Amino acid sequence: MAEALLTATGLSKSFRGLKAVNGVSFSVGQGEILAMIGPNGAGKTTCFNLIAGAMRPDAGEVRLAGQSVTGLRADQICRAGIGRTFQLVKPFAGLSVLDNVTVGALNAARHVAEAKERARAVLDLLDLGRKIDEPASSLTLPDRKRLEVARALATGPKLLLLDEVMAGLRPTECDRLVEILAGLNRRDGLTILLIEHVMRAVMKLAQRILVLHHGEQIAEGSPEAVVRDPAVLDSYLGEEAL
Amino acid sequence: MTVYLDIVASGVLTGLVYGLMALGLSVIFGVVRVVNFAHGELTVAAMYMAWVMAGSLGVDPILTLPLIAAALFAIGYALQRHLVEPFIGRPEHEQFMLLLAVSIIVLNGLLLVFGPDARHVAVDYAYDSFELGPMLLDTVRVYAAAAAMVLALGLYLFFRFTDLGTAIRACADNLLGAQVVGLDVRRLYALTFGLGCALVGASGTLMVLMRDATPILAVQLTLLAFIVVIIGGLGSMAGALVGGVLIGVSEALAGFLLMPSLKSLFSYGLLILVLLLRPEGLMGRRA
Amino acid sequence: MTARNLLLGLLAVLIAAPAVIGAYPLAVLILVLHYAYLGIAWNVMMGFAGLLSLGHALYVGLGAYVAAALYASFGLPALLGAIPAAIVATLAGLGIGALGFRFRVNGVYFALLTIAFAEFTRILFDHMGWTGGSSGFFLPVEHGQLNPIALRGPPVLFYYVALVMTAGAFVLARSLMRSRLGYAWLAIREDPDSAAASGVDVFRARMAAVAVSSALTSLGGVFYAFYYNNMYPEQIFSMARSIEIILAPIIGGLGTLFGPVLGSFVLTLLGEGTTGLLEHFGWAAPGAKQVIYGLALLVIVMVQPAGLWPWLAKRLRIGRDG
Repeated sequence: MAEALLTATGLSKSFRGLKAVNGVSFSVGQGEILAMIGPNGAGKTTCFNLIAGAMRPDAGEVRLAGQSVTGLRADQICRAGIGRTFQLVKPFAGLSVLDNVTVGALNAARHVAEAKERARAVLDLLDLGRKIDEPASSLTLPDRKRLEVARALATGPKLLLLDEVMAGLRPTECDRLVEILAGLNRRDGLTILLIEHVMRAVMKLAQRILVLHHGEQIAEGSPEAVVRDPAVLDSYLGEEAL
Repeated sequence: MTVYLDIVASGVLTGLVYGLMALGLSVIFGVVRVVNFAHGELTVAAMYMAWVMAGSLGVDPILTLPLIAAALFAIGYALQRHLVEPFIGRPEHEQFMLLLAVSIIVLNGLLLVFGPDARHVAVDYAYDSFELGPMLLDTVRVYAAAAAMVLALGLYLFFRFTDLGTAIRACADNLLGAQVVGLDVRRLYALTFGLGCALVGASGTLMVLMRDATPILAVQLTLLAFIVVIIGGLGSMAGALVGGVLIGVSEALAGFLLMPSLKSLFSYGLLILVLLLRPEGLMGRRA
Repeated sequence: MTARNLLLGLLAVLIAAPAVIGAYPLAVLILVLHYAYLGIAWNVMMGFAGLLSLGHALYVGLGAYVAAALYASFGLPALLGAIPAAIVATLAGLGIGALGFRFRVNGVYFALLTIAFAEFTRILFDHMGWTGGSSGFFLPVEHGQLNPIALRGPPVLFYYVALVMTAGAFVLARSLMRSRLGYAWLAIREDPDSAAASGVDVFRARMAAVAVSSALTSLGGVFYAFYYNNMYPEQIFSMARSIEIILAPIIGGLGTLFGPVLGSFVLTLLGEGTTGLLEHFGWAAPGAKQVIYGLALLVIVMVQPAGLWPWLAKRLRIGRDG
């Protein structure tokens, strides 16, 4: 495995005494795709929020390429090189598709014109090239999901956090997005950490899988090993995916 | 020392009427989730109604209170049904602008009809007072505060023990759930808006015993209602009364110790502090 | 027709106007420009960054009092006095913003915070002896003077000053809207969480919006002070003035560049027209004009909540941001 790009150590977060995330530790290697799976309420999205700076961890540390980013604000983390999507998509509804992505692209561009250029390229990549002038509010759910990915991608991240971007997509759309993400990983060496329920996408993309249950990690390993793990079958795959 | 007691007591009594007015704002916000920016304007409208009836019929405002409350209920009901309803769920600033428009129309409509002069309602007990131990209480304020307390208690009992009150609380607590069990939310919202305005009608009628009616009072009263409700906690019934009393007392003390014109300085100062430090209000639940 | 041609045409008409119109229409146009200017300034906060301020009278008042006091006490010309005026107002804005944003006072609560500060200041000025308290502050007027630097002169001077200010604010707002900061503002207006996740420093961008808006608004206050030569805390800091400032951009179109200008034209002409008509029939009642304002606002909020300009721009087939 390559040198770790992201290392999370002992991440913990409680809400009103309930431990949403409890001592979770893992790392994502440079150029790796790691999938985080687990039943609803397992603490996956909270983990994302802790890494991406939307929430402060009660305990634990997050390091990006050796530098601690623990407790930084969301915008600082974004500039440090982590792009994220939201599980419940949050487009800038009143802005055009192009402007949505331009906001993200301004992180990686010197000026607005360059950011627009960059945004166009990312939108083309995600098959949204023909909808750049439409207001984001008029997009269908699958398009909004793609827009969410495009905006995160446009920030020029070293690490992309994807929170259930496949949910609500038809199988063909899902396969297409998998193809795009796999391409980015292969060609540009983009590192991806994804939360996903759609096992079809997980099995195709992930090099490694981390399983969370009740805020704790219960398994970690190659996709083939994890789906055969009795603890995983029992707690998660048994009830939902299989 | 007794002079301070008198002042605090008078502040408490006035504050209860403020609290009743703010209760109207709080009920509307708590259920319909719309901030009634025309609150003070409607209060002043009620004050004028009481003035007209006292002048033309010679009836004591306390007796016309049910009539005026009913009239304001109808206005509030119609307002919700025809103007506010389409704005439920729309962005906050659009709702605000709608009610701002209503407030501008009501305020200047009153100015057009009644002119800018202050209108005074004379009752024959205007200068009477009760003696309570060492304290001297204005009869007018005692009556107004007592009426406010009775109405607040009635409101509490309504929400607590009637089916309609329970249904309205259900809408406030869980809108989706209320819709699922088949409650007519639109009607309940209109009833709530009407109820909030009826409280405005009642408090305006009581207010006219203590202050002259004039259009420019409207903006002050709207802001006052906001201050009281924010300090007490939006959506909290007890909070509205506590906030009202707090503001009533602080105004009375500031007016006596410093200058009457400085009295609202402290209300605004208090509002700023509460907004910053405890935005859910003194009696509100933390989100 | 393009937005640029429309604008240049309007500008040409406005430049030429004083040559052909009388004193009364000129005074009305000064009012139109003044409120268009203030509307553009307010729109930076609400229309661009989504921050509802209902206390903009505070910045008008601070700007007016600072520049007027410096002129009356030290003879400092208005153009120079505008600098400390803008600094004072900007500091006040930044103070309110810092408190509000740090303590997470959002939406309607933020609006109430701005009202509270404006009203607080109004009462303070009412009791400040050296600015005349509630009996007002007056600037010395000498007739026949013409000194553009000190903003002393006939109405036509003020007309051109108002025109320059409005055009300048328009150009500034336009370039800001298309800048990095402008994108940050729009993103925050739409969704602060997404904006932060996209790398926008929400606190700093909001502070920048408050700074630009309060500074511009205070210059409007300087203009007010030297145009009217009198100010009363009761009026200049009043809630009613704050509301007056926000009507034009709302009616014209929040977040658009041309909206505040169009809104100001429509409202002022509507108001003056009503007053004139009523006077003509011998029925000059206080409140009539404001009832018309209220009705106009009501109709527009109900029928065209996005404002007149987006609707008109569509009719005229003009690009969205015009």
